Amino acid sequence: MVGYIIRRIVSGALVLLATSVAVFALFFYGPADPAEAYCPETRCTPERLENIRAGLGLDRPVLVQYGEYMKGIVVGNDFEIGSIAIPCDAPCLGVSFKLRVDVTDYLLDRFPATVSLAVGGSVIFLTLGLAVGIFAARRRGTSADKGIVGASLIVNAIPYYLLALLAYLYLISAWAIFPETAYVSPLEEGLLPWIKGLLLPWLVIGVFYSTQYARFGRGSMIEALNEDFVRTARAKGLPERKVVMKHGLRAAVVPIVTIFGLDFAGLLAGTVFTEQIFSIQGIGLSAIQAIGTKDLPIISATVLFAAFLVVTANIVVDIVYSMIDPRVRL
Amino acid sequence: MSENSHFLTEQDPTSAPQQASSGSAFLTVEDLTVRFPTADGTVQAVTDLSYTLEQGKTLGIVGESGSGKSVSSMAIMGLHDPKRSEMSGSIRVGDTEILGLSNNKMQKIRGGDVAMIFQDPLTSLHPFYSIGDQISEGYRAHADVSKSKAKAKAIEMLDRVGIPQARSRVDDYPHHFSGGMRQRAMIAMALVNDPKLLIADEPTTALDVTVQAQILDLLQELQHDFDSAIIIITHDLGVVAEMADDVLVMYGGRGVEYGPCRDILTHPQMPYTWGLLSSVPDVTGDTSAQLIPIPGNPPSLLNPPTGCPFHPRCAHRDKVPGDLCRSELPQLIPGNRGPGHVKRCHLADPEEIYLTEILPEIAPDLVELIMHENDDVAPGNGR
Repeated sequence: MVGYIIRRIVSGALVLLATSVAVFALFFYGPADPAEAYCPETRCTPERLENIRAGLGLDRPVLVQYGEYMKGIVVGNDFEIGSIAIPCDAPCLGVSFKLRVDVTDYLLDRFPATVSLAVGGSVIFLTLGLAVGIFAARRRGTSADKGIVGASLIVNAIPYYLLALLAYLYLISAWAIFPETAYVSPLEEGLLPWIKGLLLPWLVIGVFYSTQYARFGRGSMIEALNEDFVRTARAKGLPERKVVMKHGLRAAVVPIVTIFGLDFAGLLAGTVFTEQIFSIQGIGLSAIQAIGTKDLPIISATVLFAAFLVVTANIVVDIVYSMIDPRVRL
Repeated sequence: MSENSHFLTEQDPTSAPQQASSGSAFLTVEDLTVRFPTADGTVQAVTDLSYTLEQGKTLGIVGESGSGKSVSSMAIMGLHDPKRSEMSGSIRVGDTEILGLSNNKMQKIRGGDVAMIFQDPLTSLHPFYSIGDQISEGYRAHADVSKSKAKAKAIEMLDRVGIPQARSRVDDYPHHFSGGMRQRAMIAMALVNDPKLLIADEPTTALDVTVQAQILDLLQELQHDFDSAIIIITHDLGVVAEMADDVLVMYGGRGVEYGPCRDILTHPQMPYTWGLLSSVPDVTGDTSAQLIPIPGNPPSLLNPPTGCPFHPRCAHRDKVPGDLCRSELPQLIPGNRGPGHVKRCHLADPEEIYLTEILPEIAPDLVELIMHENDDVAPGNGR
């Protein structure tokens, strides 16, 4: 088990290294010039741009710069833009030339909002999706089952941004059923304001994702309920609730863990539409803003961070597997 | 299977074959009919099935796949979803009518008075729970005991069915066990609440031959200790010969021959039973001899044949005058072997055909023996 986790962490680190190379290549060879961000648009002459590049060290060979970047991640790095010094402690993912901040700090500031969205949304879509899926599986073939499958396909077919936008426009702007959304720290402002500010985004994420989990849950539950061991559980005289929720669900949950791990990592890496539409200052929104302003350090840091989350999620999923299924030896 | 003799010789002329049904039956199945409505039509899985079973006795149910063996037994356990099946007739376990029983009451019977062992112990045990957990869970479903007591009971049961070092194996998972040990664990699980009726649905089909014999011995031993009634579902006539007191032959969802085991194996009265006997290899005889398969396929249960369900495959239907086999379902009536042995066949004298045509083909060395024994026990005199 420990050996397996160490192996997985090493291979995960290699994946991240490859990602960092790709990200850096984007930085270095990509169409956007980081120096432009610092060059005032109206008075930007080629000479001035060249000076800025030299000042930022962008004119050095690519390997030197990559080494610098890596060094920053490991031990930190101090940047100087013009006359302003920006300290950047390890792990330093760079400095935004435009905002003149340490990118790591910038992302960490925005991460709690994204985590709040992801956790709240996940709780809703997992409970709702699995409950609906199990309900449909136990009534497979009936009109209730067909209705659920049909409805989930319809909801799933609506583009997510449209669903979120409509929810915002009607439920907040027009009818004011829900309060205006905003992220406040649950630690500083208390739980209730936190829930109030995020309730509608949670519901939108929850309902949209739950349709997928309802269909997955239904499918794997139908399969599990047809297993011989579920018949054995019934033959032992266990109450039906226990047969379904213990013996059936334990087997059905395995494939769901896989997609949940990846979905959750994806949500943590930034729920772009949700954050944009409900104006919540999270990772996704900052990435969108950074793309708009060609703020490459923030974009590349977000990509690297997302890769880190996906790699971690995969390792966690495998560990959870071994906890669910004793046959899986890590 | 017994050491050196073919089971057709197991007839002991001095002991009169027992009645198939008499006395106080623990299990009474009457006119059981099970139907499954599907998109393609109604599957007539079991039709008008009747049998009885006493405490301490063993009934062997034989037949091909799809003959309704398992379906009828699952009905005793109440394992058919009432929303997906239609059942009529009557199943009485002790004094309780099973059909139409509420789910709550049925739960108390399942795994309590009636327990079941399934064919494939690997898929029938939950892969994610330990053997001990699965046994004690069944115990706690019927007895109000603490977890530690239930675990002690699980260890006791594992020990009882011959799992070595039960105390350390109780926390193992099914994949740690061999096939035979898994089936032993299944049996331990089924017997944990001292069931009065044990249904074993092909308990040895998924096991290799040496383990088969051990499992059958174990079942007999446990039956002796617990005085349970056993239904053993199989298509292995060797298992039937070893285990069963009575035999019920099923075909196309119906009982086609039913009677005392020895009588059915030595004096079968129905061409389908002949077919089953003909397709058993005889390891003591000429091993190069060809087995005689039953031609054709099992009947469609969606659209069963008219008349006798076996007539499309029956080699002897020409011996019945008229088109009776195709037009009329034969009733389950006693033949010339006495009232305890019933068969569903229009043939006037199946005994004669069996002794002159079938037996010489499948066991020529036994013809003399059985003919001779037939003289001793005159047919029809109550035996």
